[in-house]
Amino acid sequence: MAEDTPIIQGAVCPTPLPHRNQVVLGHGSGGRLSQRLIEQIFLPAFRNTALLAGDDSAVIQIPHDGCNRLAFSTDSHVVWPLFFPGGDIGRLAVCGTVNDLSMVGASPLYLTAGFILEEGLLISDLERIVHSMQVAAEEAGILIIAGDTKVVQRGKADGVYINTAGVGVIDEAINISGRFASPGDVVILSGSIGDHGIAVLQARGDLGFEAQIESDVAPLNHLTRQMLEVCPQIHVLRDPTRGGLATTLNEIARQSQVGILIDESAVLVKPAVASACEMLGFDPFYVANEGKLIAILPESTADEVIELMRRTPLGKEAVAIGRIVPLHPGKVLLKTSLGSTRILDSLSGEMLPRIC
Amino acid sequence: MKYQQEFRDAGLAHSIVQEIRRTVTRSWVLMEICGGQTHAIMRYGLDQLLPEEIELVHGPGCPVCVTSLELVDKALEIASQPGVIFTSYGDMLRVPGSGRDLFSVRAAGGDIRVVYSPLDAIQIARENPDKQIVFFAIGFETTAPANAMSVLQAKSLGLSNYSVLVSHVRVPPAMQAILSSPYNRVQGFLAAGHVCAVMGYWEYPPLSEQFKAPIVVTGFEPVDILQGILVTVRQLEQGKFEVDNAYPRIVSYEGNLPAQAVINRVFTTCDRKWRGIGLIPASGWCLRSEFSHFDAESRFAVSQIQPEESPICIAGQILQGMKKPGQCPAFGSLCTPESPLGATMVSSEGACAAYYRYSSQAAGLMTQE
Repeated sequence: MAEDTPIIQGAVCPTPLPHRNQVVLGHGSGGRLSQRLIEQIFLPAFRNTALLAGDDSAVIQIPHDGCNRLAFSTDSHVVWPLFFPGGDIGRLAVCGTVNDLSMVGASPLYLTAGFILEEGLLISDLERIVHSMQVAAEEAGILIIAGDTKVVQRGKADGVYINTAGVGVIDEAINISGRFASPGDVVILSGSIGDHGIAVLQARGDLGFEAQIESDVAPLNHLTRQMLEVCPQIHVLRDPTRGGLATTLNEIARQSQVGILIDESAVLVKPAVASACEMLGFDPFYVANEGKLIAILPESTADEVIELMRRTPLGKEAVAIGRIVPLHPGKVLLKTSLGSTRILDSLSGEMLPRIC
Repeated sequence: MKYQQEFRDAGLAHSIVQEIRRTVTRSWVLMEICGGQTHAIMRYGLDQLLPEEIELVHGPGCPVCVTSLELVDKALEIASQPGVIFTSYGDMLRVPGSGRDLFSVRAAGGDIRVVYSPLDAIQIARENPDKQIVFFAIGFETTAPANAMSVLQAKSLGLSNYSVLVSHVRVPPAMQAILSSPYNRVQGFLAAGHVCAVMGYWEYPPLSEQFKAPIVVTGFEPVDILQGILVTVRQLEQGKFEVDNAYPRIVSYEGNLPAQAVINRVFTTCDRKWRGIGLIPASGWCLRSEFSHFDAESRFAVSQIQPEESPICIAGQILQGMKKPGQCPAFGSLCTPESPLGATMVSSEGACAAYYRYSSQAAGLMTQE
C-alpha cells in the first residue's frame, strides 16, 4: 500500500490567473477581484474623502446657505459603441445627470455611479471610460462619491452600462419647471442641433460615409449658473436629448399648456449634420443632443441672457429661435423657411430611415 | 449643401408662387405622384402658399403604403422562421400586417435587420452561410435597379442562402388606373422625378394623350415642386396636355439606360395588388423564371395567408386622390403614427402621416401669423 501513496512535492493547485486584461465574472463577486477593480480603477480616478471612507454609503455635507431645496436625478446609459467622436459612455453618463440637475436650476454637487460590466470587457477600455468620467466630473466641478459594480455573462450586455444618480442644491430665488412657459416668453437655443446623434451613427458605421461630426456631450451646469446669475427669473430650462429639439419643445408645450412658435431659419444645423440627415432621411429636429439647452424666459431679459451665453464656450452660438404664444395650447408650430406654418410634432417611436 | 439650398430659396419660391397666381384663372386638381413630394409639400407648407384655385391631391407613390397586406403578412411569416435573417428598408418595420408588424416579430425573437441597400443584405448572406437571408424588395422603379443588382450579385457569387421577397410596383399603370376611374378628379400630374431619373419619361406621352392630362416631371425641393405646378397649370390654362420636364437637372427623356437594362434582365412585368386599391394589371415586377430560385415566396411555404384589413381605414381612396386624410373618421383619433390602422399613416411618405405631422389645418388649428 505504501508504495501507492503519491509523493506530494508541493502545492499542486494552479495559481489563479490575475485577469488583468479583461473583465471576468469574478470581478463582480464582491471578493478579492472586485476589491482589486475598485482599488486599481475606480478609487484612483474618483479619489475624494467621501468615497475613500469605504463605508456602505457615502456621507456628505449639503451646503444650505440660501438653498433649501435638493434636486435629485438619475440616468442610465447604454450607448453603443462605447467610444464615439467627441466622447464616450463615461463622459455621457456624468454629463447626462449633471445636465438633468442643471435643468431645474440646481448646482450639481455629487454623483453616484453604478456599472454593469459584460464579461470580456477590456480592462483598458474600462480605465479609459472611468478616466473620461473623472475628466467630465472635474469639468463640472462635482464629485463621484459612491459606486457599485456588477458583472454579467458575455452576451448579456453591450460592454458596459452605466447608471449615474446625482444631487444638487437650488437657490431660493430660482423656480424653474417645464410648467412655467408663459405667453410672450422668448425661446433661446444654446447652439447647433443634431451633433450627438449623428456622431454616434457615424461611429456605428451606419452613415456609410465619413463625416467630420463630433458629439456635443458636455456639462452645462456652469452655463446655467451664469445664466441664472444674470436672470434668476428664467421660467424653463431643458436639454433636448433623445427625441431632439422637436420632442423637447412638445413636452414643454404640453406641460405649460401653451403654444410654441419656432422660426425654422433661426435654428442652427451644422452643414455636415444637415448633409448626413439629408442622405439618411432624418430630420435634425428629432436627432439627439447632449450639450445643448433650451431656455424660456421673459422677453425683457432675453437680449442680456443671449449676450452672456455668447461669451461662454458652450453658448457661443446661442440664439432666440421662437416665442411662447397663447394660441394652440399644447402644440409646437414651425414657421418654415418659406414663410408657411406647420405643426412640429414629437418623435413617434424609433427614428426610421426613409426608403427613397 | 450645394444643389439643394438653391432649390429651397424663399425668394425664388415666392416669385414662382406669384407667377402661378398670375397664370391661374379657374380651379384645377393636380396630383403629385410621389410620397416624397407629398412630404415636401407638407413640410414646407407649400399648399398654404398656393392660390386657392389649385387643389393638390396626393398620389399612390409611397412604396411602403401600397405594398399589399398579403405580402406584408408573408414577410412577417418568413421573418418569424428560425434560421432566417430578414432584411428590410427601415420604413417597412412599422407597417402593420394583420395584427402585428416586423417590430413585434423582432421583439419575439426574429432576426430582422435594417439595411440601407440590398447589397448590405448580400454581405450579411456571405457572412452567415448557415442562415437564410431574405431581403424585402419593395419600391417603385427607383429601388428596382439596386434590388435587381443584388440578385445578379447573389447569382455570380453562387449564394444559395439569399432570396428576395419581391413587391415591386410601377408608376405608369397606377396613373392609368387613376385616370380610368369613374371617380377621377385629377386633371394634371406632377410625375415622380426620381422614378423618371431611372425610367425617363418615354412611357408617358400615350397616357397624356389618351386622357388629355398634362404630365410634368417634377423634383422634390420646394422650388422644384412649385416649378412643376407652374408648368402644369400653364398647360391646363392653355388647354394643352403634353409631357414636360421640370426636373431637367436630374431627368432625361430616355432615363438611365444601364439601370433599365439591369431591371429588365432580372424582372418581368406582372399583375400586382396594391394595398387599399386592389389589383392593377401589369403594374408590378416579378423575378424572371431564370431567377425564380431567388424568390422567397417559393423558397418558404407562405401561400396560405388570409389578410385582414381594418374596415375603417380609407387608405385606398386617399392613395387614388379621391379623399384627403382629414376626411377619414379615424384620422388622428383611432389612427395615429404610433398605432396606424393603414399604411398611409406609417411611412413618413404616406399622405396621412405627412398630414398628421405637418398640417396645422388637418390638426384643426388656425394658421398662426
